[in-house]
Amino acid sequence: MELICVLCPRGCRMQVKAGKDGGWEVEGNGCSRGKGYAIQEMTCPMRTLTTSIWVEGGIHKLVSAKTDRSIPRDRIMEALKQTKGLKIKAPVNIGDVLVENIAGTGANLVATRKVDKAQHTYLA
Amino acid sequence: MLSMKADVVVIGGGPAGLAAALSCHERCIRDIVILERDSHLGGILQQCIHNGFGLHWFGEELTGPEYAQRFIDLVEEAKIPYLLDTMVVDIDENKTVYAVNPQHGPVQIQAGAVIMAMGCRERTRGALMIPGGRPAGVYTAGMAQRLMNIEGYMPGREVVILGSGDIGLIMARRLTWEGANVKMVCEIMPYSTGLIRNIRQCLEDYGIPIKYKCTVVKIHGSQRIEGVTIARVDDARRPIPGTEEFVSCDTLLLSVGLIPENELSQKANVQLDPLTGGPIVDEYRQTSVPGIFACGNVLHVHDLVDYVSEEARIAGYGVWRYLNGLDSKCGLQGDGRARIKAGCGIRYVVPQMISGEEDIELFFRSDNIYDNGTVELVDGDQVLASKRFLRIVPGQMERFKIKREALSGIKPGDGLVVRWRSLG
Repeated sequence: MELICVLCPRGCRMQVKAGKDGGWEVEGNGCSRGKGYAIQEMTCPMRTLTTSIWVEGGIHKLVSAKTDRSIPRDRIMEALKQTKGLKIKAPVNIGDVLVENIAGTGANLVATRKVDKAQHTYLA
Repeated sequence: MLSMKADVVVIGGGPAGLAAALSCHERCIRDIVILERDSHLGGILQQCIHNGFGLHWFGEELTGPEYAQRFIDLVEEAKIPYLLDTMVVDIDENKTVYAVNPQHGPVQIQAGAVIMAMGCRERTRGALMIPGGRPAGVYTAGMAQRLMNIEGYMPGREVVILGSGDIGLIMARRLTWEGANVKMVCEIMPYSTGLIRNIRQCLEDYGIPIKYKCTVVKIHGSQRIEGVTIARVDDARRPIPGTEEFVSCDTLLLSVGLIPENELSQKANVQLDPLTGGPIVDEYRQTSVPGIFACGNVLHVHDLVDYVSEEARIAGYGVWRYLNGLDSKCGLQGDGRARIKAGCGIRYVVPQMISGEEDIELFFRSDNIYDNGTVELVDGDQVLASKRFLRIVPGQMERFKIKREALSGIKPGDGLVVRWRSLG
């Protein structure tokens, strides 16, 4: 199958197919990093999840969040499910852990924005 | 009315304004004020919750709010004053800035120098003139991004996206994650204007089709949008009769380009470049009005915020030179500057004027996809500098550094040209 490398702006078009001994044959990669990327994409593509979480008593209604490392792509929906109904109390700081070991991936969901406590709370 | 003076007034507290103010502060300019119309600093970055920011500037991958906070922290540390909820309504050629805010009412500031950092805004349905009714459910991609990431509303469930700009691609994924069905992305051009990584991670990951050379020709529905008619287009981007197809949807997102926001610049009689939609500037980012500078998306639309920060640093340097009287050839009407124009294969070049006093860097975009060649800066028949490129694409702003020595022969009034030359 064809893959476009996203590691640098060059965007090498690579051909990837299963090799004889269970490995992968990669063609068209301009560097060794491209080969690693292609194999990762074929076996277990990794992505960073970013989303927003409801905040109670903050100056903003939502706080933005990310997984502190990339997680397998096929665990993203499960990770999102785990954030449904979640409400965090203000104040929140950048880096605060909102969900530990999200969807059993070993990654934590952490805040990416500061949300101070509000003088008046939002009426939901 | 609050009346004050400042050495530097920065209009806009987004990434360009923050970095420009910090650049001035680093050069020991202390009397600075940042004017921001929103209730917080950081600009549009606060709603760009996805990652991919900061790889060039910080050498690590950050989300928009994190990138913004790094600069906000530095501004706070430097104790640079800023006014929030403050809308600049007018500015004149004497660099008097008029603003309003709920705390002070009208505010008048006499500036020594002004840095324009107002950013850009999205093209809307009105700009595209798509026929049909005026139902609810038609949003620009950035509006939908704000609704979802800041306000906590879901814009819709069945979505068609017109245009493959990066915000549209990012929103395709965000909507999918929140349970919407993103049916397709229609792109009028034969290629995407978005980053490759966004095509891969936002569309291909979720099996969302992208239809090239395709556009929306009609919007259906009276209260809420009920669907769109799409059609293929020919090479002149005209819809081809007979290729129309109805696609039902309750939401249409438009990701069809950004326009520098220059109403204020025009009030100050700053000369604009029709190719970029932003001011004509010299290599220090000074506009045609002496003492008024511009940087970031108000000047030309950037793909990466890291490059905005870099450009803002240049503007800060320019302001320092201006305030210290080092800029003898003040203003574009000055006699010491050569003009730079976009030639064959190039859509625009910034800066548009140079003095050649120092090393410079040109920012440019191509007008099409070109493989294997060089970009050259030429003065008549003479090639002053060139840079090799494997590929240039319109969706990616490119950079071209030029040494002062290469510019030693340029004369005031020269018309330099930046052009593409294919190799083999």
